[in-house]
Amino acid sequence: MWKERNVPEQTVARFEQVVLPHMDAAYNLARWLTRNDHDAEDLVQESYLRAFKFFGSFQGANARGWLLTIVRNTCYTWFRENRPQELTTSFDENIHSTEADPFDPEKLLLQSESGQLLKQAMEELPLEFREVLTLRELEGLSYKEIAVIAGIPPGTVMSRLARARSRLKQHLTKLVNKEC
Amino acid sequence: MTCTDIQAAIHGYLDGELDAVRNLEVEQHLQHCAVCSQTYKADQTLQGAIKTGSQYYRAPAHLRKRIQSSIRQGDKSERVVPAMPWRWLAVAASVVFVVILAWALIPSGLDGEQLVAQEVVSSHVRSLMVDHVADVMSSDQHTVKPWFTGKLDFSPPVKNLTNEGFPLVGGRLDYLENRAVAALVYQRRNHVINLFIWPSSQDTHVKTKALARQGYHLVHWSKAGMTYWAISDLNDTELQEFVRLVQASS
Repeated sequence: MWKERNVPEQTVARFEQVVLPHMDAAYNLARWLTRNDHDAEDLVQESYLRAFKFFGSFQGANARGWLLTIVRNTCYTWFRENRPQELTTSFDENIHSTEADPFDPEKLLLQSESGQLLKQAMEELPLEFREVLTLRELEGLSYKEIAVIAGIPPGTVMSRLARARSRLKQHLTKLVNKEC
Repeated sequence: MTCTDIQAAIHGYLDGELDAVRNLEVEQHLQHCAVCSQTYKADQTLQGAIKTGSQYYRAPAHLRKRIQSSIRQGDKSERVVPAMPWRWLAVAASVVFVVILAWALIPSGLDGEQLVAQEVVSSHVRSLMVDHVADVMSSDQHTVKPWFTGKLDFSPPVKNLTNEGFPLVGGRLDYLENRAVAALVYQRRNHVINLFIWPSSQDTHVKTKALARQGYHLVHWSKAGMTYWAISDLNDTELQEFVRLVQASS
C-alpha cells in the first residue's frame, strides 16, 4: 500500500521536473498555430494531460521535442474539428516565386513598429508555414527535430522553410509599402 | 550550381544544415552571384529580426497553475484503489486519522495567515523551479508598473531599489488567495526576493510580521489598503532591510 501510494507521487514529481519546464515552448507553438490566447491555453493544457498519460512510454532525452509533437498533434486534431479550412489552404506557387521579390529588409527595420509588422506578416502565413517558422526561428530546432514533430521527411523541411520565408517576405513588403 | 539549385540550398546554408561539400558550393556561389547573395542577406536579416524581436509567446502564469493542479488532480482521480476489504479498512482508518488530525490542528491555529504563507512559499519555489521568475524583465519601474495595467484590477506600487542594493529584476502575474496578484522580483546577490502585492480583503491594518517556512524567510504587512508578502532565502536581517525600504517608498 505504501509503495503504491508513492509511485504516482514520484511520477508527478519527475513529470514536473522533466516536462513542465517546456511550457513556454508548448505555448509558443500552440499560440502561433491557433493565433489566439484562449485556444492556445486550452490546447496546451490538453497536451499536458495527454503527455502525462503517456509519460510512462517516454524514454528519450528530448522532452521538449516529445512534448512539442504532442502539442502539434493536439492542435491539428483541433483544427480538423474546428477549422478544417485552414488545413486545406492551397497556395498558388506563382504568387511566391522568388524572382518577383523586391523585399528590402532595411526598409522593414527602419519602421518603428517593425516587430508588430513582422508578427502580422507571420500570422497571415498558412498553418504549415507558421509551424516550420516557429519551430526553426523561435525554438531553434534542427531540421531533423522539425521533421519528427511535423511528421514530414527531413528533405521537405528545407523546401518548406524556403517557401515560408519567401512568402513571409512578400507579406512584409506589402505591409511595409502600406505603412510608408 | 545554378541559381535555381541555390535558392533552396541557401536556407540550409543559413540554418547550418548542409554537409561540408554543399556548404562550400553555396559559399562559393554566393561570392560570385550578386542576386543570390542579396537574397541570402535579406533572409539573414529577416531571420535575425524574427529571433531578436518579441515574437515569442511565453506561457502565462495562470496557465502554469492550471496545468500543474490538473495534473495533480488527474493523478489522484486515476489512482486505482484495490478492492480488498482490509485495504478499505486501512482507507477508513486513515480517514478517521485525518479527521482527528484536523481536529487537533484547527484550534492550534491553521489560520488564514498560515495558509497564505504556505501559498506564498509554493509560488516562490515554483517561480524558481520552472525558470519563470518574471513575465516582464526590467529594472525600470516605469516599464514594470504599466505592464500590469489591464492584467490586474489594481495598480501595484513598483519601486526600483537598485541604488539601495536590491535591483528590480521584473514582474509577473501570480495567483494567491483565489485572486490574481502582482509579483515583483528583486535580487540581492544570488538571492531572489519575490514581493507579492494585492488589495487587502478587509480594511484592517496588519503590522509587519516575520515568519519562517521550509528555510525561507517571509515578511508580511498591509499598508494603504494593500497586502504585501515578501519571501526569500536571504537572511532575515537583509530581508527586513528590504521590507523597510519597500515600506518607506510605498
